[in-house]
Amino acid sequence: MEIAMQRINKSFGNNNVLKGVDFRLAPGEIHALMGENGAGKSTLMNILTGIISSDSGQIEVDGQKTQFKNALVAEQAGISFIHQEMNNYGEMTVLENMFINRELTNRLGLLKTPVMRTQAKQYLDYLGAEFGLDTLIKDLSVGNQQLVEIAKSLMTNAQVIIMDEPTSALTENEIQKLFKIVKELQQQGVGFIYISHRMEEIFALCDTITVMRDGISVMTTSVDETNVNQIVKAMVGRELTEFYPTRTNQIGDIYLQARGLSRRGVFNDVNFDVRSGEIVAFAGLMGAGRTEIMRAIFGLDHLDRGKIIIRDQLIENHSPAAAIKHGIGFVTENRKDEGLMLDATIADNIDLASLASFTKYGVIDQHTDRVFVDKLIKRLTIKAQSALDIVNSLSGGNQQKVVLAKWIGAGSQVLILDEPTRGVDVGAKREIYDLMNELTNRGVAIIMISSDLPEVLGMSDRINVVYEGQITGTLVTKDATQEAIMTLATGGRINE
Amino acid sequence: MNNAKSKQFNVMDFIGKLGPVLALVFLIFLVTLLNHSFLDINNILNLLRQVSTNALIAFGMTFVILTAGIDLSVGSILAFTGAITAQMIIAGIHPAFAFLLGVLIGAILGGINGMIIAYGGAAPFIATLATMTIFRGATYVLTDGNPITGAKMTNSFFFQVVGRGYFLGIPFPIVIMAVAFIILYVLLHKMAFGRKTYAIGGNAKAAFVSGIKINKITILIYTLSGIMASIAGFILTSRLNSAQPDAGITYEMDAIAAVVLGETSLTGGKGRLVGTLIGALIIGTLNNGMNLLGISSFYQQIVKGIVIIIAVLIDRKKAA
Repeated sequence: MEIAMQRINKSFGNNNVLKGVDFRLAPGEIHALMGENGAGKSTLMNILTGIISSDSGQIEVDGQKTQFKNALVAEQAGISFIHQEMNNYGEMTVLENMFINRELTNRLGLLKTPVMRTQAKQYLDYLGAEFGLDTLIKDLSVGNQQLVEIAKSLMTNAQVIIMDEPTSALTENEIQKLFKIVKELQQQGVGFIYISHRMEEIFALCDTITVMRDGISVMTTSVDETNVNQIVKAMVGRELTEFYPTRTNQIGDIYLQARGLSRRGVFNDVNFDVRSGEIVAFAGLMGAGRTEIMRAIFGLDHLDRGKIIIRDQLIENHSPAAAIKHGIGFVTENRKDEGLMLDATIADNIDLASLASFTKYGVIDQHTDRVFVDKLIKRLTIKAQSALDIVNSLSGGNQQKVVLAKWIGAGSQVLILDEPTRGVDVGAKREIYDLMNELTNRGVAIIMISSDLPEVLGMSDRINVVYEGQITGTLVTKDATQEAIMTLATGGRINE
Repeated sequence: MNNAKSKQFNVMDFIGKLGPVLALVFLIFLVTLLNHSFLDINNILNLLRQVSTNALIAFGMTFVILTAGIDLSVGSILAFTGAITAQMIIAGIHPAFAFLLGVLIGAILGGINGMIIAYGGAAPFIATLATMTIFRGATYVLTDGNPITGAKMTNSFFFQVVGRGYFLGIPFPIVIMAVAFIILYVLLHKMAFGRKTYAIGGNAKAAFVSGIKINKITILIYTLSGIMASIAGFILTSRLNSAQPDAGITYEMDAIAAVVLGETSLTGGKGRLVGTLIGALIIGTLNNGMNLLGISSFYQQIVKGIVIIIAVLIDRKKAA
């Protein structure tokens, strides 16, 4: 199947998300689609599969002008979209998931289970699945869940499969298995649009690459004719060196020490230090246990063993409230889930962790509260009409700044930032980096979990690499390379 | 939860905020048109006195619903504390002291709800559905299914004044309702406790990460609901001059209706106490008005239900 999208435009309100984008997919091609978050990749794919409609432009499928009404129609036509957050049903079985919304029934409306079983099994066997049809989806690894999604696509006779960040939660073995399957399907003539942030995957798997930036397709070329630097430059629109601010921090004394932290089955014997004024990055693949280590330090999860020491004082964090008392702040990975009250105002979100500091006998000093909030809005340049704007109406970058403002306002001396720039546009990213710089200049210690390797290399002083719940190496950032980090992150060793 | 007053005047916003008020004004207008005696001062005071019990329960319920919870046990707490207070008075305990003990028991029963929900992680609906049955059963056990009354109740000035007395010409239950409103208004809108209440309903996980002790606050909120129910229980016992074992049945529904009519969101995090007061007044006006117009109580229930549905549909439409 051949796809040609031409001059696609799309705006959400005043926000021009796509500005005349062209995109072509040849039959049986594996086409990488890269770009920063907010560059317009997802919007483009959503338009292709009929999830949303374009404002103007046209789509041709095999030379036929086409406009899919919705995702189901696109799927029936042979284009399936495997989303990053797989839309599956954890409490239902593999079989039920594979036939959801397209169940085979007889004339009485009763399910033809034996027929469905035979069909499902055929595709899963083809993909080499090692689990049964009656397994609950939630009991499968993410890699196996993905296999179910692929089997589902094949069952609908997909000629084009769109995969959004398919490897972000996979182990190295699962990634290799996925690549093998993708290449096999390519031999059968199936085309792939492969959205990913991981350079090495692009070069290992893809034929062609298209890079998007700020709603424009800035580069389309054969993978053989380009390199990492060129792609990064196309993605961010400038050289990497100028994208990250020059670090001007003075590294001070050890502020927080973690000694022998363990949580059964999650992480084991984790040791590290953070000095005041230092940014220590935690790199690794998703699911390596980085977030879980920090959750335990912050008192969100239970710690089986280990000590946390802040400035020579042994502390115990049984709850976030205790951790906050010890000067720790936590910008969680998923701001909508654990960071923000989306329907509340900016003000109500920002002062949530600091209420005690302007409350006397339980009564809030409204004036102090307001001054406090306004100061932070200004300092973090949160773009809003007033402190009473509802957080939900803000852009991702500004929402993230609201979360940061909350912790800066709470006076955190150790700030844990979990994927601080995920879902944040390029401009706001730089502002967040500048802010991190400013904070470390004031002596705040920052722990930054990031899956974005350029960010890790651009912003940190030292890097702890986590693999399967253990720190497999600590690198000094100025001597570190992406290759070294990836080697450690996938369980390899660096030869000294 | 205003931190600062927005200077811009927004008409839609204004109407949106006034929605329940407009409904109440319309209702008063309609009833008055059909029967002029509605606006008699005696009828208004009577109406407010009728409203007070429901309003007190609904104020507590507002906090509960703001956390995305629900308290179905308020009617049973009302009956249980009413009965035990009556028994204490008959046993010779001073009515004022018995009142305080009754409120304390109401607080404990509410606290039990809170603990089952906070520590046990039970869904508020199920937890309070169960305690509703338990507390009601306990009331029947306590009273043997009979009303409790006696000379010590009839002869006590304190006991009589709470339900039937006047303060500066205003029936005492209305005074209690007004004082409770002011105290809870400050608690909800001026104190950190209120902000934490909203935060739990807005996003409990984010609230927890921000260091809010959500278990403690949740327990306190259900405790408050129990306290409000027991105060209402004492007023009711005084008004009837006896504690009825089946007092307060379906009171939870009127309280929830008042909260919802006052535009507090059942999903938590959004709403205001003044809305609940207006919601309770709407229900009171409906009841009182239909009585004045001689509409049978069978039809009254149907009308009340329809009004609630209309209110919720209008609210939905506005949200969309």
